[in-house]
Amino acid sequence: MFSLSPAEIEAIYLSLKVAFWAITISLPFGIAAAWCLARLSFPGKTIVDVILHLPLVVPPIVVGYLLLLTFGRQGVVGSWLYDIFGISVAFSWQGAAIAAAVMAFPLMVRAIRLSIEAVDIRLEQAARTLGAGPFDVFFNITLPLTGSGIMVGIILAFARALGEFGATITFVSTIPGQTNTLPLTLYTLAQVPGREAAALRLVVISIVIAFVSMFASEIIARKVRKRITGQ
Amino acid sequence: MSLSVDLQNSLGEFSLNANFYCDEGITALFGKSGAGKTSIVQLIAGLIEPDEGKIVIDDEIVFDKEKHINLPTEDRRVGYVFQESRLFPHMTVRKNLNFGMRRRHHAGYDTLPFDDVVTILGISNLLERGTYSLSGGERQRVALGRALLSGPRLLLMDEPLAALDIERRWEIIPFIENIHHQFNIPVIYVTHSVDEILQLADNMVLLNEGRVIAAGSIESIMNRPDLAAVSGMGDPSSVIQGDIKSIDNENGLAMIAFDSGTFCVPSKHLKVNARVRVRIRARDVSIALKKPEDISVLNIFPGVVQHISNNQETQVDLSVKIGGEVIWAQITRKSLNDLQIKPGSNVFVMVKAVAIEQTILKG
Repeated sequence: MFSLSPAEIEAIYLSLKVAFWAITISLPFGIAAAWCLARLSFPGKTIVDVILHLPLVVPPIVVGYLLLLTFGRQGVVGSWLYDIFGISVAFSWQGAAIAAAVMAFPLMVRAIRLSIEAVDIRLEQAARTLGAGPFDVFFNITLPLTGSGIMVGIILAFARALGEFGATITFVSTIPGQTNTLPLTLYTLAQVPGREAAALRLVVISIVIAFVSMFASEIIARKVRKRITGQ
Repeated sequence: MSLSVDLQNSLGEFSLNANFYCDEGITALFGKSGAGKTSIVQLIAGLIEPDEGKIVIDDEIVFDKEKHINLPTEDRRVGYVFQESRLFPHMTVRKNLNFGMRRRHHAGYDTLPFDDVVTILGISNLLERGTYSLSGGERQRVALGRALLSGPRLLLMDEPLAALDIERRWEIIPFIENIHHQFNIPVIYVTHSVDEILQLADNMVLLNEGRVIAAGSIESIMNRPDLAAVSGMGDPSSVIQGDIKSIDNENGLAMIAFDSGTFCVPSKHLKVNARVRVRIRARDVSIALKKPEDISVLNIFPGVVQHISNNQETQVDLSVKIGGEVIWAQITRKSLNDLQIKPGSNVFVMVKAVAIEQTILKG
């Protein structure tokens, strides 16, 4: 019988918690960024686009290191956070969530941007002639029609956040009860001789979680699509 | 209600310079494709911003470049029916219809009664359906209802029938006429179909290459052969309104009384007292100097030649005044010379009954 040890449960719980908060906090920004890139033209748009995509192409350790410089106790934002609010995100699960959010952000923006670009501007114009202002149009026409794209964005970002390793270990290390998510725990186990069996169990758990979440997401995406197009 | 437009706009190579005024009834914006018809309605709705000019709806300035007034589309209260219906795919028919209505109510405006509009458009059985299952004609009626229910001061219709096949078009036209008669909302109707104009419009604005080349009643514009060539209106012809006086059931003929006489036409589906508009192509009209006898032509009117246009080599267009109306005839230059017709000549105008096209306006 496959039963989970307390340490495994903690790793799963922590992974889900980190990924959940990473996505929840970054989603509004992701939608806003995607909308700006899809619908606005402004000077320096290409540069913004490239910067948004950087976490996808630079080594994760670079992102982790930059986060440490920014959010560490001595960092620009980190010292300010600590002085004003007494919060430190470095070496805590919140820090792991920030690392996961940054790494997952480009995937989320890409998916949402594509689906916003696919929304027919002519429908938005029709809504304007019916008395809806720009925000009204965004929330009642654009956003609902972007539904499946947002779902895809969330799922991709969630999967990326669950698997986040390089930036996380650089930024927040592996602190038991704080930052030892599944990949980090697996990494730790893999370093110790004789723990291959325990490591393998985590491998199986990771695959099961990935499988279940992809399966669920496909069902949700299908429902959203059906609601929008009726097919 | 009134609309006054005075706009200059350039989009790449194309420059638009439109200046016209319209009030009650259905005003057709007519011209070949590329004449600037759609641009004008988009400018009126505020979907594009003109370079220069002024738009006034009901004494309210909705755009004035000089005074820096540019009311956003949502505040102009102008209904817009697009060629491709543009129904919201994530909403049911009912939600589509309510979309504009709810927002205008919120803003404190009155709108037409929901049930009346839905009944007149014949869409009450579609309300809970999704939009994807509707036919082209149904979609367009829902789009029309949605625009009407948004409490518009003015309804813009941009070739609303162009995406439909011919049979469907004649299913929708009565609804558009009904709307006009029942709700009394002025309509700007973009089209390049002469048939639709004859059937629906009271007035027209004729456009060519971004310029207004004529504006006025349908009769006054359609009766100018000089415009027919540039505008894409087709053959030069005369358009005259009249009322059906009587029906001769035995012979299947209808008598249409107009200002200065009576036309005799095949009755088909015509009814007594109906208001009709007849179109007589100039090439179907012949001229005689003496009243012909023993002839099959049923419509013969005495008249006086007014004007002879000499713009073609082998044939001429001449206008003949019959009482208060004018009928155009197209004859060969040879006949003109043989009969020695000049302005002021007394002639008889002959029109075959079967050559007269008629459209029912009311009744």
